[in-house]
Amino acid sequence: MNELLGHFNYYIVIFLMMMGLYMVIASSNLVKKLIGLSVFQASVFILYITFGKITEGKPPIITDNVDVYSNPLPHVLILTAIVVGVATTSVGLALIVRIKEAYGSMDEDDIHDMDDKDDFQTKNNRSINE
Amino acid sequence: MIISLLSDICLLLGGIFTLTGAIGLLRLPDFYSRLHGASVTESLAAPLLIVGIMLDTGLTLDSAKLVLIIVIMVVSNPTITHALCRAAAHSGVTPKMETKNTKEKQSQSETEISGKESK
Amino acid sequence: MIENLHLIIDVCLLAFLVLIAFAAIKITNLFVATMLFGIFSFVAALLFLDLDAVDVAFTEAAVGAGFSTVLMLSALRLTGAIENAKHRHSLLGLFIVGLTGAALIYGVTDFPNMGDANAPVQLHLAPEFIALTQEKIDIPNVVTAVLASFRGYDTFGETVVIFSAGVAVLLLLGSGHVEPKREPEQNMVLWIVVKPFIALILIFGLYVQFHGDFGAGGGFQAGVIFASGFILYALVFGEGYARKVVPASILPRFAALGVLIYGVTGLVSLLSNKPFLDYNALSSNPVSGQHMGILLVEAGVGLAVFSTVLLIFYSFSGVNHNE
Repeated sequence: MNELLGHFNYYIVIFLMMMGLYMVIASSNLVKKLIGLSVFQASVFILYITFGKITEGKPPIITDNVDVYSNPLPHVLILTAIVVGVATTSVGLALIVRIKEAYGSMDEDDIHDMDDKDDFQTKNNRSINE
Repeated sequence: MIISLLSDICLLLGGIFTLTGAIGLLRLPDFYSRLHGASVTESLAAPLLIVGIMLDTGLTLDSAKLVLIIVIMVVSNPTITHALCRAAAHSGVTPKMETKNTKEKQSQSETEISGKESK
Repeated sequence: MIENLHLIIDVCLLAFLVLIAFAAIKITNLFVATMLFGIFSFVAALLFLDLDAVDVAFTEAAVGAGFSTVLMLSALRLTGAIENAKHRHSLLGLFIVGLTGAALIYGVTDFPNMGDANAPVQLHLAPEFIALTQEKIDIPNVVTAVLASFRGYDTFGETVVIFSAGVAVLLLLGSGHVEPKREPEQNMVLWIVVKPFIALILIFGLYVQFHGDFGAGGGFQAGVIFASGFILYALVFGEGYARKVVPASILPRFAALGVLIYGVTGLVSLLSNKPFLDYNALSSNPVSGQHMGILLVEAGVGLAVFSTVLLIFYSFSGVNHNE
């Protein structure tokens, strides 16, 4: 029981990660895939910040009469990761806007079907001309 | 001692009003009434909670920052509610005019009128 | 008692997160999924606060719950995706996810308990960095010291990544062109309230920028907050007028200027026969040299983040606008 409480954060975070991964794999809509990716990223951040927490520690801002500070190094890493995450999300959304303009649909299955039809037509045209 | 007690009371009241706002958000029947019910949280519960924290910290720079937060919250949250309402009205969300009680009262008053006419 | 309170808050917030993620999988309406994602980011920010990560909570609230939601809503407006997404079950996906989850849980059993002060990760570098910050840099916020000075090279790379994201969005969407159009008169309440608010937001952005040495804050959060002032102006008064205040053509230049400020600070130390980004070379007294270096570098980061965030917003809001 003590072991379960001690590792509780980790189990929940792994569950969240897997839910995000499932959203990426199983959704056919591109925007939902992106949301799943962001959920995955956020749960990885929570995992790292949990590593840095010390039970009687305080936030790592140096003040008088505080002995134990929580570990500041994961904070630095995750600060960078959050901003990079939002940068990649914005590029992903821009790509989705362009895909919607080009294919008319944001559904992955429809896009694959249209691509397959295009390939099939190109092959047929070549064989007719020969 | 009194200040500590006051702070506890403020925090408790803030918690109770937050709970009230949450119950209103869940139970009220219509978008506009839900918005009205949830506005208790932003206009009463949050400032009470912050006043409770302020009484606990005493008179420092942090309390001044908390006063600023209260001012900003009291000004901005009703504006946000107004913007939400306007957006809903603009998209065509109509308020729900009839509930079970009004339907019963209508049918009751109809039977009364028809009763008087027949007399 | 205090640790138990932390644990209870921790458990509650994590339970919220699981529920929200579950709802986000099941919901097919994309608008609702975006709002759920915004709430997810906000609850994650609260969780970070409970885990003593104040800078990270600040950034996640500003960037994740604030800007990311606005971005997704702009993208949804363009793709017209108030239509519902199709719901698709995938057994193979479930199997893969289950296998990965089981492997990760097996790996987690060896970890030290949460909050253990004698875990290997707390013993080697962290006390050394805290001591070094007090001795060599002398600012209270250890995270800013490590971010801007000890690990300054990584932050430089990150600033360049943000700049490249701005460039990529510009290449994909263009910055568009929006004519100033008078918004209807019923917005009067919003106009009157928002005007002093924008001033407050901009002042707060500057405060966060320069206060990052002493409390939570720094260049990233400040850049996003400063940009959100202008985004608020664009949302309430119309994008045409916002583009007259801050034209879209100067934003890529400001972003490049931000990266340049960062790089030049590093170059100055190179020219004084010291390693790249060694701030001791910036002044005769090494500690004040560090202060100067951190100030310049955070200013560069703030400028780059502000310009990129506003540029991305302009790009999304300027597509197909004049139809």
